[in-house]
Parts: sequence; structure tokens; C-alpha cells
Amino acid sequence: MSKNKAPKRPPMKKGVLGRVLRMLFKDYAPQMIAVVICIFFTSLGSTISGPFMNILINHISTGVESGWDSVKASIFATIAVMCAIYLVGIAASFIYNRLMAIVTQGFLNKVRTRLFSGMQRLPLRYFDSTHHGDIMSHYTNDTDTLRELVSRCIPQLINSALILLLLVGNMLYLSLWLTLVICLGVIVMVIVTRKIGGNSAKYFIKQQRSMGKTEGFIEEMMNGQKVIKVFCHEKQSTEDFDRINEQLCEDATKAHRFANILMPIMGNIGNLLYVLVAITGGALILMGGVKNISLSGQVFGIAVVVPFINMARQFTMNVSQVSQQLNSIVMAMAGAGRIFELMDEQPEVDDGYVTLVNAKMVDGKLTECEERTHIWAWKHPHSADGTVTYTKLEGNVTIDSMDFGYTPEKLVLHDVTLYANSGQKVAFVGATGAGKTTITNLINRFYDIDDGKIRYDGININKIKKADLRRSLGIVLQDTNLFTGTVLENIRYGKLDATDEECIEAAKLANAHDFITRLPEGYNTMLTSNGANLSQGQRQLISIARSAVADPPVMILDEATSSIDTRTEALVQRGMDALMKGRTVFVIAHRLSTVRNSDVIMVLENGRIIERGNHEKLIAEKGKYYQLYTGAFELE
Amino acid sequence: MLKILARSIREYKRSSILAPLFIALEVIIECMIPFVTAKLVNNIEEGCDMPTLLRFGGIMVLLALTSLTCGALSAHFSSKASCGFAKNLRHDLFCAIQDFSFTNVDKFSTSSLVTRLTTDVGNVQMAYMMIIRTAVRSPLMLVFALFMAITVSPSVSLAFAIIIPILAVGLGLIIKNSWGIFHSVFKKYDALNNSIQENVSGMRVVKAFVREDYEIKKFSAASDDVCRDFTRAEKILALNNPLMQFCMNGLMVAVCFIGSYVIIGSRGTDLRVGELASLITYGVQILMSLMMLSMIIVMIAMSVASAKRIAEVLTEKSSIVNPESPLCEVADGSIVFDKVSFKYSESAEKYALSDIDLDIRSGETVGIIGSTGSSKTSLVQLIPRLYDASEGTVYVGGHDVREYDIKTLREEVAVVLQKNLLFSGTIKENLRWGDPDATDEELIRACKLAQADEFIQKFPDKYDTHIEQGGANVSGGQKQRLCIARALLKKPKILILDDSTSAVDTRTDALIRKAFAEEIPNTTKIIIAQRVSSVQHADKIIVMNNGRIDALGTHEELLISSPIYREVFESQTKGGEDNE
Repeated sequence: MSKNKAPKRPPMKKGVLGRVLRMLFKDYAPQMIAVVICIFFTSLGSTISGPFMNILINHISTGVESGWDSVKASIFATIAVMCAIYLVGIAASFIYNRLMAIVTQGFLNKVRTRLFSGMQRLPLRYFDSTHHGDIMSHYTNDTDTLRELVSRCIPQLINSALILLLLVGNMLYLSLWLTLVICLGVIVMVIVTRKIGGNSAKYFIKQQRSMGKTEGFIEEMMNGQKVIKVFCHEKQSTEDFDRINEQLCEDATKAHRFANILMPIMGNIGNLLYVLVAITGGALILMGGVKNISLSGQVFGIAVVVPFINMARQFTMNVSQVSQQLNSIVMAMAGAGRIFELMDEQPEVDDGYVTLVNAKMVDGKLTECEERTHIWAWKHPHSADGTVTYTKLEGNVTIDSMDFGYTPEKLVLHDVTLYANSGQKVAFVGATGAGKTTITNLINRFYDIDDGKIRYDGININKIKKADLRRSLGIVLQDTNLFTGTVLENIRYGKLDATDEECIEAAKLANAHDFITRLPEGYNTMLTSNGANLSQGQRQLISIARSAVADPPVMILDEATSSIDTRTEALVQRGMDALMKGRTVFVIAHRLSTVRNSDVIMVLENGRIIERGNHEKLIAEKGKYYQLYTGAFELE
Repeated sequence: MLKILARSIREYKRSSILAPLFIALEVIIECMIPFVTAKLVNNIEEGCDMPTLLRFGGIMVLLALTSLTCGALSAHFSSKASCGFAKNLRHDLFCAIQDFSFTNVDKFSTSSLVTRLTTDVGNVQMAYMMIIRTAVRSPLMLVFALFMAITVSPSVSLAFAIIIPILAVGLGLIIKNSWGIFHSVFKKYDALNNSIQENVSGMRVVKAFVREDYEIKKFSAASDDVCRDFTRAEKILALNNPLMQFCMNGLMVAVCFIGSYVIIGSRGTDLRVGELASLITYGVQILMSLMMLSMIIVMIAMSVASAKRIAEVLTEKSSIVNPESPLCEVADGSIVFDKVSFKYSESAEKYALSDIDLDIRSGETVGIIGSTGSSKTSLVQLIPRLYDASEGTVYVGGHDVREYDIKTLREEVAVVLQKNLLFSGTIKENLRWGDPDATDEELIRACKLAQADEFIQKFPDKYDTHIEQGGANVSGGQKQRLCIARALLKKPKILILDDSTSAVDTRTDALIRKAFAEEIPNTTKIIIAQRVSSVQHADKIIVMNNGRIDALGTHEELLISSPIYREVFESQTKGGEDNE
């Protein structure tokens, strides 16, 4: 559940509980069976006191008449049996609690890992179209409710249900009439709980809503704190805040009042029931006219009433337990449902069969080999005649009348055609939303095109295995994403088996070596939270080094230098120029200075290429590019 | 720390006292019920008459109803008190932050302030409710139930003397042993979630490098590790239930055994059957309250960290305060920097600004240029006293900025910050931040000056167009122009634009500058820019480098005297105007 959204309690999906249980039993069948058996013994242990009190009091009554010695043996025997059952109960409780600890954590670990590996297989479309906060909450909030469900709700529910059953048995053993009294009380209790519980839920939703509003306001105001100060707007914003805060307080008070009131009401209905049983029992004994109906066939007496009084308490306690657990189960089901939704997401399909292999030239022919030769080839098996052809990896990319839209209703790219020959630099220029980034998303098949063809070294990219296609493409993005780890580890991300020397070499190529060696621990400096301790330019240099170590024949630079000032850019630019040498490069840029020396510049507008050519040609045409270049037009 | 937080209780003091009071009443009554029941059972055993039975019954119903009322009242007061307390805490925090200087805000960081106002307040609220409810209830219950049990039968109560310490020590050991593990495993768990977060936001990189399997392997290892530690801790916690059961059952056996011995031994004079049941009830009440107590201790311990973080904000002294008898008028827009040095915090080694000497006459236009990190922004932030100079003095209108009333100074020195922000609300509402009483004509005039009127008129709702949080629904260039208009509405004597036209095209940029020159000639204008063209025509251009003024002069002078200026100029003219 995201914090800012009011929780809509989704309709409980059918089968969610069943699915959780199936998963649980599939992996932990013996443990779970043992748990259920142990819970049975535990609840037996918690309920036998009633009948034993009954027996004991009968003995005591005899003892009071005839002395301690006459009943000594039978009292000892009774207590010995009681102890034995208790010990079994305690042992069972010990076993099942321990087992549950292991099962719960193991189960959660499995869920987490399945969730994560499932997520890794999802197409990028999912991440572009889902709030990252929502994805995260599957791992945090939803998993928490699931833990609550498995570790607490399920065992307690079984436990309470068994206790209730056993208690009913015990009560019937002693007296039907008193059992009916208790049942009546319980019905009242359930009705009251539902009523108050419902109200409480209603106000909690309200509270959640004002909470979301308050948090949203707080976030906006904290982010704008400096603006507030510059405009001396402190008083005004405090007043606004107080209004929202007041509303939140009101809703929260109501919600908590109902929740808090539940406990004393439950407790005291228990007390009233306790009283009711005592009075009814007393009255029945005194009147003596009513015949007791019970399994044991006992007549009304103090030996029936006393254990009943205690059982009344136990009974109400467990009923309120069950009703509370039911609420948590509904909550947990919502969480589990959301987890399953993510698990059931359709993974990225990959029908590609053309793979990238190391190759060497033998007798003028390209042959596959195991060792790294720095020559790569596309291995293309032909299903028709069973032959395999090898094509050298060069980095030629052609796009042929391609159409694409993120949603079927709205095309983002129309009829885009272009070629980039090995070693060429192709630039895309255009306003935000013109479709520049989209083109690169399509080349590495983050998304699939609707119409047209993209060929890589003459092979339709739909035939190439996605992993191999992406391995042959390097990408540097505007928003650098570095991972927690050392600088060296981050560079090595580009090629996992790269030696330290290779990584340092790549850093030198990217112009990053100098500043890295000046970091407190050089290449072993830890980077945390996306390299927060580095400047934007430094982060970008590391991400360039990361691509450099991967050494791909085709590079995509998506606004790689946009958030860097012009002087720092010069430094980054030198790093990139070194990297671009001998590669096919696609450049997307805001700053025209970065694209000037491209072989071809494509000006995009509303998903169409409206101008193409090199710098001189476009300037001479005096079209859109000329306007942009002379600054007469705003790129936004 | 507690004292500081307690100050926020204020009008909810009454509820905060009433809540535990009613809880105490509830507990006392609840402890009396088994006692009366025992009497009733004894009476029944003796074969009393119906009226006696009903009298006892009546008393008991009355007790239960009173206890219910007390419970409900305490629920009411405790929720009122805790939610009110949380409200006051939030208010106090918010006010404290409003009084913060930029230095204070930097120290805490925005996201941590948000956490303190939300999650931390929530935790403290829960703890507070616990304290005034359960933390009162459980010990009281313990004491009263014990007292009643001893009253009923001192000899049977001996059993309690053995079992209570067993439970107390057992619970203590469980908490002590699991606490340490939990403490460390939660850190690991956070790290695990962080790595998921990193993956989610860096998915494009993961996929581009085909590192899915690598990430899964890394994650599984970390997840297994967390699982192992959690299991270790949970296994210890799993002792809780059997321990509780052991004590309950032990108590049961002991009470039954000693009870029957005493009853039979005294032939029902020292103790009677009815009281046996009440002793068991007391026993359960005592053990339950011990259990609750141990839970509360853990929960309160967990909220201590939150309470500390809140207290930190509440006790933070704003580093910039109004002088004793402030000047409430700024004479003109002249600015003087006299040997000014500045660093962001006392402990910082490096000065952001060193030895700045500067003289700007009222009405001048001054351009500032320099690479990122050259402290252009730091320089201008000293003028409206967003920070105080560490050494030297900044004069505005002939007086030290520290002599002015802060509000007056900031009304006269308008800054358009680099990190522009609009707030959710209409364009009009946003503009009126500059001047709450501005007429519509004034708004339009300011927008025309800032070249914003044209595009606003194109919106369907014109000046009533709703701006989303952070100004997400207008483009960068539009946002910047709105922010300039907002600042213009203050009719300041000094106007500072901190890289505020970077997303505006050069033509519009020029129009804005022209409007400034024609319409507000007497206002001192300071313009920080990346583009040379934005500052080219200024009366003075300052070239900043590494926190120092590298060169100062007009465009023509600098082209000759400043290599940095020349370099920037050439890179931009050679490479074309940059369009950001």
C-alpha cells in the first residue's frame, strides 16, 4: 500500500488464501502437518482445566467431609494426569512455535526471491508504467502482511478454533443450559464487534486519506522550504498546515477511539458473561427444579458451576481472538493478492535464436571458438535446412519504415527510416517527447516495434536473442544509476570477468581515472545511494567507464551530458570521444554542441524525422535545425 | 528529551491524565469481580436464598457495567490525547522548521525532515498511547491482582511468588537475546530493500547490461543471509508462547494442589471452593499483564529512536535570528561585500567563498558566470541573508544585512532560486506568493515582464490554470518564467536570478532582459547564467572560479583579461548556443 493513497479494501480475491496455503504446504508439508498436530495438543492443554476442576472439586467436596487422607490418592492421581497433559501441551507448543519460526522465514525468503527473480524477467514496459513506490511496497508492506498471516494469523486461528471446539465439548460435558447462556453472550459479542469494527474500519480509511493528504503537503512544503523562506511565506504555510493537521487529528481520534473501545467492551462482555453464568448457575442450583442435561450426566452443583465460570472467560477471549484474526486475514489477503499480481505479470518473451559467439578466422572463414578473441559473430541457425551461418559483428544498424506507439491508440514514431554504418555517429535532436529516446528503446528491444524492421548487421533484431543483442549495445543514460558497492565493482558491472587492470584501463579511457584516484580510497571507495558522494559529472564518468569496459560495437548515448555544465562537459566529452572511436554511436542531445560533429543529424518532431543531414547541410537548409542552432527556438 | 516532547501535550494534558485514571478505575473494578464471584459461589455452596443471589448478581452486573464505562472513557481520552499530542508535535515540528535557516535545512536534509514529520511522529504517537493506556494498565493489574490474591489466600499466593519471577526472568532473557539479533538484522533487511530499490530504478541499466541473473544471484545470497538471521531471532522469540503456557499451567497445578490441600485441611474454613476459581482468574490476570508489560517495553524501546529524532529538530536553534532592534527599511539596492569568506558549516574544511570584495551600485545589472562548484549561488545567497557570512560583512543599502529585520530584507531582495519550485494551486495563487494583495492587473504586468503572459493566455483556464505539485504540468522554461514573475511581484530593490533562464530560449531570454532594463531600471539585477549571451550586456560581469572572484569587468574587458571567460565564450560561440 503506498502511503499517499487511501487503502481501498479490494474485494477479497477468490483463491488467494488457497494459493498461500498451497505454496506453504508444497514446500513445507511435513513441517506444516507437524504444526497442525502440535497445535491440537497445545489447545488440548489449554482447555482441560475445566473438566479437571470439575473432578477435583468433586474430590474436594468428598474430602471436606471425610478428610485429606481419604482423597489424597485420587487428588494426586488427578493432578498427575493434569501435569502430564500440560507437559505434552507445552512440548507441543515449543515444537510448533519453533517450527513456525523456521517455516515463516523460509517461506518469506522463497516469496522474496521468487518475487525478485520474477521481477528481473519483466519487460521494461512494466517498470515504465508502474510507480516504483508501488513495486517496492510489494517487498515491504505486502510481505509484512504476509508474514503476519503465516506466522501469527494462521496458527492462532487454528489454535483458537480448536480451543473453541474443545471448550464447547467440555461445556456440553458439564451442562447444556449453561452452554446456551454462553453462546447467547457470544452472539451479542460478535454483533457488537462487527458494528464497532465496521465503524472503526470506516474511520481508519478516512484517517488514511487525511494522512495521505498531510504527508503530501509535508513533502511539498519540505521540498519547497527554501522557496518558502525566500518569500517569507512561513506564516501562511503554517496556517495551511494547521488546517490539514487539524482534520487529520479529528479523523485519527475517531478511528482510534473505535479501535481502543473494542478492547474494554470485549473484556467486559466477558465479565458480564462471567457474572451471568455465575447467577444462572447459582439460580439453577438453588431452584433445584431444573434437570441438568449434560454428557456426563452430572446434576447441578458447585462442581459444575465453578469450572464453567472460568471457561466462560476462556471462551470469550478466544472468540475475540478469532474475530481479530479474521480482520488481519482480510488485510493479509489483500497484500498477498498484490504479491501474486506481480508474480503473475507476463515475463519478457524472447523468441530470438541468433546468438553472439566468440569467433576466429580459419582459412578465411569465420569459425566459432571458446576463447575470447575480440572477434564476435552472430550464430544464425537456419531451421529450414539445419545449417548454421556466421556473420561478423560489425555494428551496422538499419531501421526501415518503423512505426511505434507505447499504447495502440497513440503512435509515437511514424515511418522512421535510417541507417548507421559501422563506425558512424548518428545524432537525434528534437523537443522533449519528439521520440528520440523511444528509438533507442526499440533498438535494444526494451519495446517491440509495431511495424517495419530493424536490422543489425543485416539480421532482423527480432531473431536475435535479447541478451545477446543487448550485450552488443552499450548505453549511457542521462540519469546515471550506480549500485551500492565500490567504484571498481561498479565499473566491472559492464563485464563481470574483467580484471582490475581492464577496469582501470576503461576508467582511463573515460577520463575518470584522475578523479577516482583522488577519492579517499581510490577504486575501492564505497558508493552508496546511487553515488550520492560524487558529483553528477563524476557519476556520469563512472557510467561511461562501465560501458567502456563492456566494449560494445554499438553505443547509445542518451542525453549523457545534459545535466552537466559546459566546462565539466568538455571533460566528459573527451572521455566519450575516446569511447566512440571505431564504434557506431547513437547520440541524443539537447546541446547542439555535442552533436555538431556527427555524421548524420536527425531532427525529430512529433515522431517523424523532419530534417536529416550533417551540420553544414542542415545549417544551409535554414530549417528547424538552423532555428535551434541560432537559439531562436526553445527546446522544451 | 522527554521534557521537550512533553511540551507538545498542552491542551491534551487533561485527557492524558484522565485516560490512565479511568484505566486505573477499570483495573480496580476488574480485580473486584472475581472476588465478588467467589463470595457468590460460596453463598451458593451454602445454599443461600434467591434474594441474596440476586443481590450479588446485581452488584456484579453493576461492577461490570462500571468497568465497561471506565474502559470506554479511557479509550476515548487516550485516543484524544495521543492523536492530539501527535497533532501538536507535527505543528511544533513544522513551526520549528519554518524558523530554520538554510543552514539548518541543509543539515537535516529534506527527506529526513519528511520522515521526522511523518513516520517518527507516528511511532511516538503509538508509544504515547501505549504509555497512557497499557503501560498504566499492566503494572496496576499486576499489583491489584496480586493484592487481591493474597487477600483471598496468602498460602496459595505462595505459588505466585515462584511463578512470577520465572516468567519475568524468562521474558527478560528472551527480549535481551533476541533484541541484539533483531537490531542487526533490521539493518541488513534495510540494505536488502535498498538493493531492490536500486534495481527497480536502475532496471534499464540491469537490462542493458543483461545482468538479470547476476542480480538474482546477488539478491538470493543477501536474502538467504537475512532469512538465516531472522530465523535465529524468531527461534528465540518462539520460546515466548511455551514459556507463557508453562507458567499458566504451573500456576493452575499449584493453585489446584495447594488449594485442595488447604480447603480439605481446614475443612473449608481458610479457603473455599468458590475462591479457588477467583485465584485462578487472578493468576491469569497477573501473567497476562506481565506478558503485556514485556511487549510494551520492547515497543517503547523501539520508538525511542524516533523520539530522539523529533527532539533533535525541536531543539535545533535557527542559525539566523532577527537582531534586537532591526532596521525595517532598505534604503536602496546597493550591495557591498567586504572581505567576505563563507563556508557552509563550521566543520567544513573548505571555504565556499574566500576574500570576496565587491561593490555594486543601486540599479546596476551584474552578471555572474563560472563553472558548477565555483560558488556563484553561495555568493548571492548571502545578500538576502539566507546564510550568514563566516567572515567579513555584506552590506545592502549601506547597512550590514545582519542589522535588518529578516522579513524586510527578504521582501526587498527577491531571489529566483536555481531549484525553482511552484506549489500545487492555480497560477494566480502561485504568483500571489510574491504579493498576496496584488491585483489582477499587477499579476498580468509582472507576467508580461517575465514573458509569461503569452503562454498563460494560451492555457484554457488562463491565470486560473491549476499547477500540479512541483509544477509538473508546465515545461521547464515556462516554470522559470512563472518563477521570475512571482519574484517580480515583490517589487524588490534587488532581484537575483540564479540560473533562472537556462531553459528559456535565447530570444525570450533577451526579451526578459530588455523588459528588465526598460521597466525596472532602478532595481539592482544580479543574473547568474551558464550562457554568456545572458550576461554579455551587463554593466559588470563577475567570473567566479573556486570560490573566488577570478575577474570582474565588462564583456569586452573580460574577453581580453580573463582566460576563463574567453574559454567559455569561445566554447559557446564555436559550438553554437547551447539550448537547454
